[in-house]
Amino acid sequence: MTDLETLAKQVVGAGESPRMRASEAVSGPLIRQWTQAMGDKNPKYQDLAPPAMIQVWSMPGADRTAFQRDRIPLDDLLDALTESGYTGVVATNCEHTYHRYLRPGEELTSTTRLTEMSGLKRTALGEGYFVTWAVTWYAEDEPVAEMEFRLLKFRPREDKPQPEKRKPYPLKPAVNQDTEFFWDGVRAGELRIQKCGDCGELRHPPGPICPACRSANRTHVVASGLGEVYSFVVHHNPPVPGRETPFVVAVVELPEGVRIVGNVVDCPPSEVGIGMPLRVIYRPMDDELTLPVWVPLEP
Amino acid sequence: MSGVPAAIAGIGATEFSKESGRSELRLAAESVFAALDDAGLAPSDVDGLVTYTQDANQEIAVAREVGIGDLTFFSRVHYGGGAACGTVMHAAMAVETGAASTVVCYRAFNERSGRRFGIPDARLGGDPSSQGLEMSWHVPYGLMTPAAWVAMFARRYMHVYGATSEDFGRVAVAMRRHAATNPAAWFHGRPITLDDHQASKWIVEPLHLLDCCQESDGAVALVVTSAERARDLRRSPAVIAAAAQGSGSGQMMMTSYYRDDMTGLPEMGVVGRRLWERSGLTPADIQTAILYDHFTPFVLTQLEELGFCGRGEAKDFIAGGGIELGGRLPVNPHGGQLGEAYIHGMNGIAEAVRQIRGTSVNQVADVANVLVTAGTGVPTSGLILTT
Repeated sequence: MTDLETLAKQVVGAGESPRMRASEAVSGPLIRQWTQAMGDKNPKYQDLAPPAMIQVWSMPGADRTAFQRDRIPLDDLLDALTESGYTGVVATNCEHTYHRYLRPGEELTSTTRLTEMSGLKRTALGEGYFVTWAVTWYAEDEPVAEMEFRLLKFRPREDKPQPEKRKPYPLKPAVNQDTEFFWDGVRAGELRIQKCGDCGELRHPPGPICPACRSANRTHVVASGLGEVYSFVVHHNPPVPGRETPFVVAVVELPEGVRIVGNVVDCPPSEVGIGMPLRVIYRPMDDELTLPVWVPLEP
Repeated sequence: MSGVPAAIAGIGATEFSKESGRSELRLAAESVFAALDDAGLAPSDVDGLVTYTQDANQEIAVAREVGIGDLTFFSRVHYGGGAACGTVMHAAMAVETGAASTVVCYRAFNERSGRRFGIPDARLGGDPSSQGLEMSWHVPYGLMTPAAWVAMFARRYMHVYGATSEDFGRVAVAMRRHAATNPAAWFHGRPITLDDHQASKWIVEPLHLLDCCQESDGAVALVVTSAERARDLRRSPAVIAAAAQGSGSGQMMMTSYYRDDMTGLPEMGVVGRRLWERSGLTPADIQTAILYDHFTPFVLTQLEELGFCGRGEAKDFIAGGGIELGGRLPVNPHGGQLGEAYIHGMNGIAEAVRQIRGTSVNQVADVANVLVTAGTGVPTSGLILTT
């Protein structure tokens, strides 16, 4: 048995707490405010208190220092749970039993008794203990209402940097059998340029037939990954899905002799210029798409 | 073109607005009615219809609304605003071959209150069609608006020829000055200064907001028939001296960045050479030109491609007032798409017809020949209209 379970057993064994004076006497003004807030127009509540108000009479109010009550054994258990790291709290059950209506002017007392603490449970919020107690309200010595109340004291789950699924990037390329070698290459960290298997002509963007020799025999070379800005734009307006403005898009001329379009990143737009030397990097946009993008060659 | 030239016999348009409040089909029908009324023809005279592939109104739907009966010719022209003069070319070919006798070309859209071309669409690169695959080399990097596609060319042009943002701005200022005196223009009475242009926000550097044409709701229709028949109709005809489409080597939709040079518009060069060759005219024979002006930089490039000035000289041509009313080559007397409206180039053809008729609000003196171009940066088309 853990220390907490031992303590819980002691608190259950201590039984009912001493009677505690309710913070408010049953009163007409509070009844009127409560019924108006709830929208309850039952004429019975002109003279009698709605039974569901029972907790209202012993609530300490927003300023907890204004109404002090004596510590009870249940407090020791809840404090011990908090100190052991079960800092989270969520109420899970509340069941009332009413024996009679209360009238304005009645003054109440209440007692609290721990009925049960569960074993350690695993929940969606984290590991913790369900704690159940019973409250009885008295008018003089007459029990007028009871409540069974249960809450979960839990250790909040740590937000681990989980391999969460990224938000899908909205700007997807269409890919077919003529272009998939390029996108496969990007995922493998290669910038691939189509090369005719017969005449050797390099071509970007690629296509199914070599316009120089009609060959459909396609291969590719892996580019050096270097290039320079041939032209560029800075997009400001309107907003583009999946993008933060401003961003730079450039036509990049490769030493291999072809041009390719891509973003220039990790560089203020005002520093980008035609002729600027670049090198390619590969940026995952979501779980599926990686884009080749360009950074200044000289950092 | 052949022995029986065709002519534009009627023009019609809706108002140009930011929110028409009407369906695109209704706009199309209204403009067709207006063009037929202008020509003095009835719907029953029409046997052919041509529009853009991008137009949302099928020819058969327009025919039903307008009360056109049998059609013997219908055709669509692709590549966005590059289709504009191409619709007239297709119509003229139909008339000249006898495929149809009276063809109406139309373009109708709610481009401002409906689908706006300048708003990025994440689906652009998603479809493995040839165009989707072409887009896929650009869209994943966020290069996906017409302004951005054009800005890429503009930056290279500036680098090579030393043109500046102010050089582009002078185009916008001239177009807005022309529009200021055109009551049909959205920017009627609202000229701008070069400072306004420079102070307008960045869209895509190097393009400011005022380098980009407006967005419009509206429709324009044109009636094409034989020049011979047109001479017997209500209006004096605008004879089609030449019509051409053009696509260049290594052409893409709007991202032809992989050709040798990025400072020209080779597809417009194709169109220009054809127009001069077919018409027997030269740039000196043109009194006013309608140059497609969705973005200012390509007005400079067109002046060069069409031979109105040398390579890299357009900035000086423009700074000297060359494109303004009273200049060497008044461009877009109606205010263009920057000033009048963006009807995908069709409103420019209507202005060319008015200049030939001598009825424009900003009439250029002694007009005999007008050159008109369509969308730039895309496979495109052009016309030379003559009296």
